[in-house]
Amino acid sequence: MSKKYGVYICTGCGIGDSLDIKDLCDVPEEEGLPVKTHEFLCGKEGVELINKDVESGTNALVIGACSRRVNFDVFRWAGCIVERVNLREQVAWSHPRSEFPALTEEQKGDEEHFDRVQMLAEDYIKMGMIRVEKVELPEPYKPDTFTRKILVLGGGITGMSAALDASKAGYEVTIVEKEDSIGGYAAKLRKQMPIAADPSEGLISPIVSDIISKVEADSKINVKTNTVVARIAGQPGEFTVTMKKPGEKIPFDVPFPLPEEMKLDENGKELDVEQQHEAYLKYNEGREDILQMDPNGEMFGAVVLAAGWRPDAIEGDDYTHLSIGDPDVITNDQFEAIAAKGKITRPSDGKEAKSVVFVQSPGKEEDDSDFNYCGAVTSLVSLKQAKYVREDYGDGKAYVIYQHIRTPGLQENFYKTIQQDEGIFLTKGAVTGVSKNGGGLVVEADNTLLGDKIQINADLVVLAAGMVPATVDDPVVNLAYRQGPAFRDNDIFDEYADSNFICFPYETQRTGIYAAGAIRRSMTIEESIEDAAGATLKAIQCIESANRGMAVHPRSGDMTFPDFFFQRCTQCKRCTEECPFGALDDDEKGTPKPNPTRCRRCGTCMGACPERIIGFADYSIDSIGSQVKAIGVPSEDDYDEPPFRILGLVCENDAYPALDMAGLKRLSFSADVRFIPVRCLGSVNVIWIKDALAQGMDGAFLLGCKHGDDYQCHFVKGSELASIRMKKIGDALSSLALEEERVTQFEIGIDECDKLPKMINDFVEEVEALGPNPFKGF
Amino acid sequence: MTTDNAAPISGSIMVVGGGISGLTTTLEAAEVGYEVFLVEKNPYLGGRVAQLNQYFPKLCPPTCGLEINFRRIKDNPSIKVYTMAEVQKVEGGPGDYEVTVLMSPRFVNENCTCCGECVDVCGTEISDEFNFGMNKTKAAYLPNSMAFPARYVISSKIGADDAAKCKEACKYDAVDLDMEPKTVTLKVGAIVWATGWEPYDAEKIDNLGFGKHKNIITNMMLERLASPAGPTEGKITRPSDDKELESIAFVQCAGSRDENHLPYCSYICCMASLKQATYIRERYPEAKIYVFYIDLRTPGNRYEKFYKALKEDENVIFIKGKVAEVSEEADGSITVVAEDTIEDGKVSQTVDMAVLATGMQPSAATAKPNADLKISADGFIVNDFEKGGMFAAGCANKPADVMSSNQNATGMALKAIQTLVNR
Repeated sequence: MSKKYGVYICTGCGIGDSLDIKDLCDVPEEEGLPVKTHEFLCGKEGVELINKDVESGTNALVIGACSRRVNFDVFRWAGCIVERVNLREQVAWSHPRSEFPALTEEQKGDEEHFDRVQMLAEDYIKMGMIRVEKVELPEPYKPDTFTRKILVLGGGITGMSAALDASKAGYEVTIVEKEDSIGGYAAKLRKQMPIAADPSEGLISPIVSDIISKVEADSKINVKTNTVVARIAGQPGEFTVTMKKPGEKIPFDVPFPLPEEMKLDENGKELDVEQQHEAYLKYNEGREDILQMDPNGEMFGAVVLAAGWRPDAIEGDDYTHLSIGDPDVITNDQFEAIAAKGKITRPSDGKEAKSVVFVQSPGKEEDDSDFNYCGAVTSLVSLKQAKYVREDYGDGKAYVIYQHIRTPGLQENFYKTIQQDEGIFLTKGAVTGVSKNGGGLVVEADNTLLGDKIQINADLVVLAAGMVPATVDDPVVNLAYRQGPAFRDNDIFDEYADSNFICFPYETQRTGIYAAGAIRRSMTIEESIEDAAGATLKAIQCIESANRGMAVHPRSGDMTFPDFFFQRCTQCKRCTEECPFGALDDDEKGTPKPNPTRCRRCGTCMGACPERIIGFADYSIDSIGSQVKAIGVPSEDDYDEPPFRILGLVCENDAYPALDMAGLKRLSFSADVRFIPVRCLGSVNVIWIKDALAQGMDGAFLLGCKHGDDYQCHFVKGSELASIRMKKIGDALSSLALEEERVTQFEIGIDECDKLPKMINDFVEEVEALGPNPFKGF
Repeated sequence: MTTDNAAPISGSIMVVGGGISGLTTTLEAAEVGYEVFLVEKNPYLGGRVAQLNQYFPKLCPPTCGLEINFRRIKDNPSIKVYTMAEVQKVEGGPGDYEVTVLMSPRFVNENCTCCGECVDVCGTEISDEFNFGMNKTKAAYLPNSMAFPARYVISSKIGADDAAKCKEACKYDAVDLDMEPKTVTLKVGAIVWATGWEPYDAEKIDNLGFGKHKNIITNMMLERLASPAGPTEGKITRPSDDKELESIAFVQCAGSRDENHLPYCSYICCMASLKQATYIRERYPEAKIYVFYIDLRTPGNRYEKFYKALKEDENVIFIKGKVAEVSEEADGSITVVAEDTIEDGKVSQTVDMAVLATGMQPSAATAKPNADLKISADGFIVNDFEKGGMFAAGCANKPADVMSSNQNATGMALKAIQTLVNR
């Protein structure tokens, strides 16, 4: 676009009191850019002033006023590039004149004195000006082919509910189910738990058959039983899916990435690209490459992953005290199967099982944990199954021995109804052993409400086995992605599929694939039905966003996407490997193939690229790099003792708001640091830091969120990747004969603005102790 | 196969309540392409989670999640936010509602730049309800440091002189003392009630001494004390004398699972107390932490892992027993007496301070919405999906943690959309 520039400076909110506005206006004027000031720029009159210019063609605006986090709706013009220069929170408010005095008339122009705050403001204006010059308005990416159809993986209660919900919202759905019929585990039950809010009716007959008939009657829902996905290729809005019979081997089975150990030769040296590709082909013989689209594949816009769970097997040395080999010591799953067939009997001899002990926690005295993968559901199931015993036998007795009854929220109501049953004995206790006793079993428990060291004669012992998400055994999604068919590093989530489970449930590390039901955590039928609605909404939202060329969460609505200058690509594959969302698939040479609708626009690829060929319309190596270069670095030619210059690259999600908060609270910190917001620390390219140091800046730091298992990164891995790159930057610095200590990374929470001044000032002091950058002035 | 750019269907949705559930429903529906009116009674969005110091189990700041949600609102012109607003009346039926919304005066208009000059001249102080009255705030105030919308409020409790001073001090003519309550009528196809919860009034639990003894506080008060933006900037000391803590007791099920108070389990309090035990540990590495409980409800691998990590701390002592009484010692310490169900006796423990894990009561229990809704005896709004049109999300529907509230609120966005589609 052809740009007409305008710079607007607000003098309100203390900006005008703090800064020499005339000198500030000289900065754009020297570059030939028109400047206007107003004492209340966000007020009617101020905005009107800008509106007039916009009407007469100004379309690249630098607004030197408050933070971009406020007045977002005031300073917004369609079709214009707007850069907000934060003169208020991050200049005037965080650098009070009481601490950073302005110069007297005599001091101005001498070589001894300088005004740190004025320098800060002038640099920020320069940086804003260069940014509007360097960025463009985004043109949205639209996929060539596009479909609104939704694929649901799994025909259990969650999958069926998702399909019905999607259909009700007007979307066509295909359910893929590996078994011969839909219904899943819910079809195998004798009865269901009552509705949590109102358990007065007692256990209810399974509702699953009703749901199955609704699914079968729905013209928008296509059911494929005895089917699994061989691969899901492509991207949201245009996934190409190959289906097959379970166990079948077909050319479009998804290939797996070459395991790390196979990338090495016999001497442990890494194979070159061609050799690796050969090894990869051999490893995946008989399977088409991921870039080969199945011409007979079916198109889908998004996927709901509802592949559910399997009952955990209880085995191993930890449980020998429970006599797990005994035929009458069974899991809750096996008990359900018996109960669904008819009256409850013992597997060993078919005798009526009138005394049943339900064991919640296996840990003897020392540990009150439940079995693995347990949750509220296992507690509830024990209560339900205790009721079965009472349904079958008037003189039946059920004992539930628990460490903690987990019936949270309204589930408590069901627990209370069970407590009323005089044939059900509920007690806290540590089960110390299960052993044979004549024709039956005896369960020993300590510290129970019924007394110390009790013994219960039992016909049957039922262990509360947990619900293992399907993703533990199998990738399920079989993505034809270069990073592999499964969710990456899923072990930190115990293989549950959702990656931001508190704030943004359903989201997986793969855009367009939304997890629902027991694959996210153990859920009751009632909860699974509810959960399906949420995942379906996310699938629909992804489809509609892809169709508008917009990113999904967390950069919802962003219309930029990474653009590659392929001529200079050296096929190093770093972008493909580092993308937290597996958005890139490289070809046999290693050239990345972008899949824009898989992309969440974090910019990690841009940060990773050593050739610096990746950029976004409004965010690129050049746009940030030019901002870095716009920072004035005074040298001894300018002042006797020039001030230091330090670059701070800050994550815009948490660290930048924390800086604003520091300003709002009028906390002050060094005026020698220049902050540039970045989309995510993962997008930080080390060239910016090298450039900063090469131009004489004295140090640089990154400011972002916490990483590790409890990461706070909205893009899962950004801050972690940045920290890896920062560790490697040491070599580059020593090649420039600079100390490693000049560059670092800080973790800051959005609520930790109080810590910022010390963090920043301490770093500035450390750098000052190292002395000025020897490149200064060159 | 289609290549259609338009939103699938036109129509508007109203979300009542701008806490985490309401925000989630609003954003999830708006990002599909629908117009959403978000009505919040407070002057700011974020609800209860805005008051929390950290989320369990990740121990991350809730303002992080709120900030990104606010940013999504800023970037989405199809969302219209009404603060200090309450639904007065709902007429019509699914697909076609007419909602009357009453907006209370903020006495500060859109000119406000958040410069804070009104605060400096305001002498009137009022109880800071955001911090449960543990401190005072000026009658011209920003509700919390990360408040969205970022705009000051002038309390109706301000004196006339101070009000005039605020008006005088504002360079931007943002103080408007003549503001009157006003109503707007909005036409929407579906309504999602995300009216949330109130902490159960601990003074009603006679035997637990809240309100009688200074060193007994509630779990929500502890969240504010732990928050760097709270009344003590994150310092946790004994209220009576600012003593640093050597011991603390958490009293679980304070009101919950109790027929005289809240018959249900409040879902969050076990994990909340375990989380708060980490706040204490971080500040006082040697302090003894006693947790009195009936059952510890930490369901699922993620919560179980969190509990497991705390169990390894030998200074965290878990006692199975419902607290029967509390008393105050001469020095202000609190003695907690519980019935130990296992040992069949009583255990008592004297501590510097006790925290009541008070439960959640749905807002609709005390402020019943004026709409055709089915409300349970406990005040939860019961969803009737057959009827459709109006739905309850988050803690308006059932006791839930943030994770479950977000999950449920996302689903309710779809239910609302289905109503528009099938109208």
